[in-house]
Amino acid sequence: MGVPVSVVIVDDHAMFRSGVRAEIADRVSVLGEAADVDSAVKAVVDLRPDVVLLDVHLPGGGGVEVMRRLGTRAPETRFLALSVSDAAEDVIGTIRGGARGYVTKSITGTELVAAIGRVSEGDAVFSPRLAGFVLDAFAGSIEVAQVDQDLDRLTEREREVMRLIARGYAYKEVASELFISVKTVETHVSSVLRKLQLSSRHQLTRWAADRRLL
Amino acid sequence: MTIVVTMKTQHPETPATLEARRASRSTEGRLIGGVAAGLSAHLSVDVMYVRGAFVLASVFGGFGVALYAGLWMILPSDARFAQGAPGLDAASRQGKRPGRPSKLEDLGPLVALGAVALGVVALLQSLGGGFVAFWPVVLGTVGLAVLWSQADEAQRERWTDSTGRIDLVRAVVGRGGVASYARLAAGVGLLISALALFALQPGQAGVSRDVLVAAALGVAGLALTVGPWLFRLAGDLSEERAERVRSQERADVAAHLHDSVLQTLALIQKHAEDGWAVARLARAQERDLRSWLYAEESGPKTSVAGALRAVAAEVEDSHGTPIEVVTVGDLPSSERSQPLLLAAREAMVNAAKHSGADRIDVYAEMGAELTELFVRDRGRGFDPTQVPSDRLGVRASIIDRMRRHGGVAEIKSAQGQGAEVRLSLERNGEGT
Repeated sequence: MGVPVSVVIVDDHAMFRSGVRAEIADRVSVLGEAADVDSAVKAVVDLRPDVVLLDVHLPGGGGVEVMRRLGTRAPETRFLALSVSDAAEDVIGTIRGGARGYVTKSITGTELVAAIGRVSEGDAVFSPRLAGFVLDAFAGSIEVAQVDQDLDRLTEREREVMRLIARGYAYKEVASELFISVKTVETHVSSVLRKLQLSSRHQLTRWAADRRLL
Repeated sequence: MTIVVTMKTQHPETPATLEARRASRSTEGRLIGGVAAGLSAHLSVDVMYVRGAFVLASVFGGFGVALYAGLWMILPSDARFAQGAPGLDAASRQGKRPGRPSKLEDLGPLVALGAVALGVVALLQSLGGGFVAFWPVVLGTVGLAVLWSQADEAQRERWTDSTGRIDLVRAVVGRGGVASYARLAAGVGLLISALALFALQPGQAGVSRDVLVAAALGVAGLALTVGPWLFRLAGDLSEERAERVRSQERADVAAHLHDSVLQTLALIQKHAEDGWAVARLARAQERDLRSWLYAEESGPKTSVAGALRAVAAEVEDSHGTPIEVVTVGDLPSSERSQPLLLAAREAMVNAAKHSGADRIDVYAEMGAELTELFVRDRGRGFDPTQVPSDRLGVRASIIDRMRRHGGVAEIKSAQGQGAEVRLSLERNGEGT
């Protein structure tokens, strides 16, 4: 491995920040920490990290606000949402705000480093839970033939990939299950991420509030 | 040694008293103030018809606008007491979540008053003809406006009052002292001068009619000013009572919860050298807190997803292997889902006991026709065709049980490659 990925940790709990730092500091280069939206924006602009570990709930408007305020000022920085909250609307909101993945705080150090690496290369990181949220949000699917620009729905293949991830399969396992390459799995996941971020499906951010019984 | 920890959370539930159905403004489906959407929900009529009726009534004489504005003021918003999970509510209050952008509703009272004024003017013009009544009406409306904004502020003041007692005088004039009284006086004064102007309108043939109209207007003005307030007060009172019950329940739950965390911390200290026990305790407590703080999910009694989570939690507690549960969709719990849950439980127990995996993934997808459930581990795996006799559970509790109830169980596994159990159950034949 060449130059280690540079990281800024944004979380309002000091104990959690130092815990994460201790866990990953030998494998990535932690440039700094921030505890709220203002300091996070400043840290990202000043330090130009490859990846920002971004808490979903953050004083000053949440993780989404950090990405919104940065706008285009840090085009090369990527965001990985890290949260203890499982509220679907917040998670989806953060992804739609520009994060390239979502992991829960109970993730192990090794898994977190792997996720950071993946995000820094521009890939998306979907945990089983996020995959479940996505499947819930994009209920229903369409034929592969008419995929092209329909941002409101997932293709059959994308759904399969999401389902396998929700079942706990790693990308490599998904690939061998579907007889496709890991690269193709990554392409599918990135395309789901794009749909999630661009879809105008109007209930998307709010569907979580009233997921109702069938 | 066995450690028994009970960490059940009592989810606060709304008291099961019978309550009258009350209309409210909808914050979800609104275009302007949510009146039409709220009414359509209340009357079970399509919202398009309600909106159409309002528009029609507005075009003919402006009555629709006045009615809309009046309802806007009278109907309570359905979001007033909307409560989420306490952790999320707290995060919102502390500004850790993105807030809702401010909308038209902040201008609500102002817009409503403007609309009332327009509506009344239009109504009078169509009744009396010409601009005869214009200025008195404008004056009167301004008076009403002042009174109204006053009443609304008083409402808000009362809401922030911590003692919860209701003082009639204070409810009308608020705590504002001189300014409030002055505004009240100004409002009443303007109203009266409007009436006076009406009565003294010169050169009118039907003076008596004007006075009559003025009197009617005065009564209507009073009704408009005080009526909604009384109406809302009545509504608020019962809401407030319910709210108090709820907050007390919440306090109980919080106390219980903190208690359970303290217990767990004490137990963790006791078992500091036993890593497995510590991890198990921490995990159980984490799950408990998380579900209480952040999940707005249905409980184990009402939905299959809730029941599945409860089953997973129980297996996790007794065997110590973390179980990740992801669900998509949900179903109301029924007899029919019972075998599925039992089979899933057996699969989880098997994985926890025999696989040696450090995590089990459970995924359930519940659709209108088909429910599918996967239990997966990355443990040592086994050959499904040669299930050893001590794992009778696989045959009897999983495969046979599913078959008996019209479902299918498949087991995919090989030595050293983990295992995945797939359960599926079609929903037809169910009585719900």
